[in-house]
Amino acid sequence: MSSVAAEQTHVQSSNTAVTKVQWKERLGWLAVRATLVFFIVIWTIPTFGLLISSVRDKNQLLTSGWWTSFLATTTTTTNGTLTADAAEEIDGQWVIQGNIFPEGQSGTVDVIGFSALRPPDIPVSETTETRDGFTFDIQPNGDYTLTSAEPFPEDMRAQQVTFTAVLPPRWTLENYDEVLNAAGISESFINTAIVAIPSTIIPIAIAAFAAYAFAWMKFPGRLGLLIVVVGMLVVPLQLSLIPILKLYNQFGLRGEFPALWLAHTAFGLPLAIYLLYNYISQLPREIIESAKIDGASDFDIFTRLIIPLSVPALAAFAIFQFLWVWNDFLVALVFLGTTSGEQVLTMNINALNGSRGEEWHIMTSAAFISMAVPLLVFFSLQRYFVRGLVAGSVKG
Amino acid sequence: MSEILNAALFVTLGVGAMLLYYYGSNWILETALADRVASDGTITKSFTNIRQGVRPWIFVAPAIVLLSVYLAYPALATLYYSFFDANSEAFVGLANYQWAIGNDGFRQAVLNNVLWILVVPLASTAFGLLIAVLADQVSWEAIAKAFIFMPMAISFVGASIIWNFVYDFNAPGNPQIGILNAMITSLGFEPVNWLNQQPLNNFLLMVILIWIQTGFAMVILSSALKGVPDETLEAARIDGANPIEIFFRIMIPQIASTIAVVMTTILITTLKVFDIVQVMTNGQSDTEVLGNFMFRWMFRGTGDDGKAAVIALTIMIATIPFLIWNTRRFYREEQLR
Repeated sequence: MSSVAAEQTHVQSSNTAVTKVQWKERLGWLAVRATLVFFIVIWTIPTFGLLISSVRDKNQLLTSGWWTSFLATTTTTTNGTLTADAAEEIDGQWVIQGNIFPEGQSGTVDVIGFSALRPPDIPVSETTETRDGFTFDIQPNGDYTLTSAEPFPEDMRAQQVTFTAVLPPRWTLENYDEVLNAAGISESFINTAIVAIPSTIIPIAIAAFAAYAFAWMKFPGRLGLLIVVVGMLVVPLQLSLIPILKLYNQFGLRGEFPALWLAHTAFGLPLAIYLLYNYISQLPREIIESAKIDGASDFDIFTRLIIPLSVPALAAFAIFQFLWVWNDFLVALVFLGTTSGEQVLTMNINALNGSRGEEWHIMTSAAFISMAVPLLVFFSLQRYFVRGLVAGSVKG
Repeated sequence: MSEILNAALFVTLGVGAMLLYYYGSNWILETALADRVASDGTITKSFTNIRQGVRPWIFVAPAIVLLSVYLAYPALATLYYSFFDANSEAFVGLANYQWAIGNDGFRQAVLNNVLWILVVPLASTAFGLLIAVLADQVSWEAIAKAFIFMPMAISFVGASIIWNFVYDFNAPGNPQIGILNAMITSLGFEPVNWLNQQPLNNFLLMVILIWIQTGFAMVILSSALKGVPDETLEAARIDGANPIEIFFRIMIPQIASTIAVVMTTILITTLKVFDIVQVMTNGQSDTEVLGNFMFRWMFRGTGDDGKAAVIALTIMIATIPFLIWNTRRFYREEQLR
């Protein structure tokens, strides 16, 4: 026994020794992970809040923060009763019955009142009188009865009831339904796809041919032109807006989709040529030379050899360009214009933000719809995207 | 539905025309300029040199035409329009430039742009580098990086809505659904209308771009860090360098050129910033930047192309040092090839 105890003490003391030596390291281990998690949380919370909010009930969304959305919320709202049309005669009395909660909502009513200016203070169990003198009974589930000894006047107003109620969290896709059908988001979604797909395909083909010529063909001015293209990488888009808009107005292209396809193609070309040039020029010289010895023309080499070998670079650029065009706002805003009726998602969301910015059920779901496709593309093809980014900026 | 059909038709036509151009020109080249061969198989007249001389131009022509029309010509045209009046009809000399120098809005925009390019590239790169180094040490690196990188996939407009929600403000006494105001009211402070607070609002807008660009910096710097040879790090460790010293004295110098590339890339993006300001404040409360200022002058009333051109040129001038740096770097690397 005693030897075991001695052994244990020994182990313990050596443990303490180890801990002392490694204490700093372990603290470092923890600090690394804690800092990383901190950054991840900060970086994710804004998007997460938007996503959660987009599936909340629109009234709850406006009266409580999304971080409370899993809890029941206590809110005070005002709603009107039904009017004379709904009255029935029961046992010599006129009665109006209904539920005080808005359509589709339920909860537990706590106290009520008849002035929006004062907090409600009448317990549910009490029978009271409305401001117009009708007898008012209400159950905790919101069912109410308005009673009058006389028939209700034809021109009676809806009796405004202010009530405090506990509402269970309510999750819904109504917000999405509303933006897709009423706010024009589904049209802009289709428009965005119509703009983005050709604007991705066309520059790839044009840039690939050019990149091959720059990498493996000899012609006067090759290096000069290539350097101009590289220079164009940093030329701000803003410089092109005025002259191109003038051209488009002249040719009646403004507001038409081809106006955007051509513009996005051209604006994407410098990066496309640069990326593909970097990749294609790094392909082994022997492959190309041996194909030439076999009598293949540059055209054959390009279509049969270079294209299949360049798939990773082509994919990287395609993702990059697709995300860029899908997310573009400025080019679409200027060349599509706000008057033509055609809008892409970013334009529509900006317009909604101006007109209905406080209606967060609209804004959150609309924004999330616009993000859905890029996020899907991003998460499924992240590897190619990252590779493209790295190639585009690090390599010379 | 007809929209989609129309678009599909257009795309087919466009892609068809493109294929026709490349394949057609190749066919013409191969048949019209085929070598003349005698019946005994000897080549009597060779057009090989002509074919090889023409073909590169066929390959680069579409790109060169588009770049000329959409980038080269507009650059010169914008310069030209900057000397003309609102409708580009009457020559006004330097009047638009004089206007810009004396205009408070222009000065505000330049000042804010300077702030943006000082803060955003530095902050994004610093955060990106820190996260890259930290993520390198954990087994769940890929997941950690995906979270930080995700904002790169979101449009500036979408990101602005996301952050507008974070900055949301309701009058005191009302429930705060913006997380920032909810936090400060829970600590007992009055809620703040963030986007009205000068000059804080500028920094709150910058946060959005930093949030997006940090992922970019992280990805590029992370791949550069992985390129630092293990032997170098091991040697430093054996010499008794602590992690902080290794970071600042070995890693940073090794990836200095990548850091420069990342910072300039973000700087160029920052210079052109438009969407965020347009969506969040439209330049109100002293948050104007050149990109948005130009847009406003292009379309304010009937628009003033002369003044808008001057603003666009201002952005261009700011990029010139980077243009030169970038092309020289490329030229030097081409010489080595």
